[in-house]
Amino acid sequence: MRDGAFASSVPCAGAAVGFVGSTCYTRPVLRIARLLVRRFLRAIPIVLGIAVFNFLLLQLAPGDAVDVLVGEAGGATPEYVAELRTRFGLDQPVPVQLGRYLVNVATLDLGYSFRHNMPVASLILSRLPATLLLMAGAIGMAFAAGVLLGVTAARHVRRPLDAVVSVVALLAYATPVFWIGLMLILLFSVHLQWLPSGGMLTVGADLAAWDLMLDVLRHMVLPTVTLALFYLALYTRLMRASMLEVYGQDYVTTARAKGAGESRVAFHHVLRNALLPMVTMLGLQVGSLLGGSVLVETVFGWPGLGRLAFEAVFQRDHNLLLGILLLSSVLVVVANIVVDLLYARLDPRIELA
Amino acid sequence: MKGFLRLFVRNRAAVAGAIILLGVLAMAILAPILYPEDPWDMVAEPYLAPGANPDYALGTDMMGRDLAAGIFHGARVSLLIGLVATSVALLLGVTIGALSGYYGGHVDRALMRLTELFQTIPAFLFAIVLVAIFEPSVATIVLAIGVVSWPPVARLTRGEFLGLRSREFVLACEAMGMSDVRIILRHCLPNAAAPIIVTGSLMVATAILTEAGLAFLGLGDPNVMSWGTIIGAGREVLRSAWYVCTLPGIAILLTVLAINLVGEGLNDALNPRLRNR
Repeated sequence: MRDGAFASSVPCAGAAVGFVGSTCYTRPVLRIARLLVRRFLRAIPIVLGIAVFNFLLLQLAPGDAVDVLVGEAGGATPEYVAELRTRFGLDQPVPVQLGRYLVNVATLDLGYSFRHNMPVASLILSRLPATLLLMAGAIGMAFAAGVLLGVTAARHVRRPLDAVVSVVALLAYATPVFWIGLMLILLFSVHLQWLPSGGMLTVGADLAAWDLMLDVLRHMVLPTVTLALFYLALYTRLMRASMLEVYGQDYVTTARAKGAGESRVAFHHVLRNALLPMVTMLGLQVGSLLGGSVLVETVFGWPGLGRLAFEAVFQRDHNLLLGILLLSSVLVVVANIVVDLLYARLDPRIELA
Repeated sequence: MKGFLRLFVRNRAAVAGAIILLGVLAMAILAPILYPEDPWDMVAEPYLAPGANPDYALGTDMMGRDLAAGIFHGARVSLLIGLVATSVALLLGVTIGALSGYYGGHVDRALMRLTELFQTIPAFLFAIVLVAIFEPSVATIVLAIGVVSWPPVARLTRGEFLGLRSREFVLACEAMGMSDVRIILRHCLPNAAAPIIVTGSLMVATAILTEAGLAFLGLGDPNVMSWGTIIGAGREVLRSAWYVCTLPGIAILLTVLAINLVGEGLNDALNPRLRNR
């Protein structure tokens, strides 16, 4: 990686030529801070738009919170139903309800899940860590293995090893994630009995710190591999293409002319620059990872957000479902800001656009 | 056209993909002829292993339904939903992208904000919410997949139109007093078609995977037999009857693989400059 010091030797964009050299160098910390503020300001209308959109979907969904409540209670008199609607503000005009909804969202009040008997926000927050653990494991595995395989393929381009890697990537890219999960269960849990087929912990084992971690790790292997496989294929293909592109640049020829060995060229000169598009991809993948984790968590009974979404579908808990959608979207926005920052740090040429 | 075919045929992987895809298409067309009965009907004893009874070559599931019939009818559903959902996404994406790129200014800013909004919401989760709220049916599934997959098409089309907007032939059309609609449809769109076709062909694969995922979660149309539905139901008997889950999964894998190969072949043939990437 290029270090931050390098950034300070690059003049900021838009500087009049005459000033370059004395006044117009932005310190890296300041540059990052300004980028952060700008990205946050840009994210506000998007989050607001998503919240309004969520509200509209909630309006379109058949039945409201009172219907659910009355259904749970097994019926109620029309007077009581009307009274409940007044109490929840559901008799108000739609714009008033929208305003109230936005204020609630801003204060992280996403309503109440009557099925789980818990506020939606705390329900989601209680399930979020498991999903983040799964996602981080999967993306880490996919990124590391994808870089490794992509570099291998690029260094052996148009030779047998490249062909093998490319075929594996092509197959993994076309495999339905839920199906490969079931196949892994069939092989590793049913036949070989090496790994547990579901859950996050051995039920009733009551383990201490170290054993507990090992137990979670054992439960994590199959779901993580399942979720990682598609992204592994994606990163392998991208890394291969990116490496080949950088290989064609003049400075690589220069490095070779100076007598650098093939390994040094690959890892020292090419790899670093070929990684940049991968970082962009990382940010784009967060939303799709959340979708994939719904399937993976359903297959493996992993107690995360995805499994919660699956349950919400079948309990017709639309409020909960939309809460999950809203918070997932916010997660995507945050992830994109993080990736932008990472990118600005890796590539000082990127300005505050 | 001849030059295009020659370029396409030179890519052996794309030809292999096209052959597999034709096979799946044949399955879809022949399904009602070879298996005229409802694939949901119980036709034999349950849990027949593949090959155990030559009449039911791929075996039967836990309800005694013929798996081969399910897989043939599933091909119809997968291809149909994949194609129609992609058409919906292309219609939305191309319209929004074309307007945005052609008019620029405020229109562009507003439409790109909308695109960014839709791109931020996690697609598969969004599709689940839409299908769950509006009840699963072929129509809602197609619309949901279309609604969640148009943003990349819009961005692509916008980029192409931005480039075309200032070209001489477009300016000439404008100077001749041609209507905007006519310039967009007759002059810009054909010149932007190649990358849109490639993206569209690859989107069919994603749409088929999305449909399979929805059906696996139980959000398939309850009236049609889908590969994802068979896998979702077969999950319960994974330990005793592995083939109920395994076989439709292979069908999905092959179909998606074939479409990806064909899509890449199209890309190479339509964008010769990028061929050696």
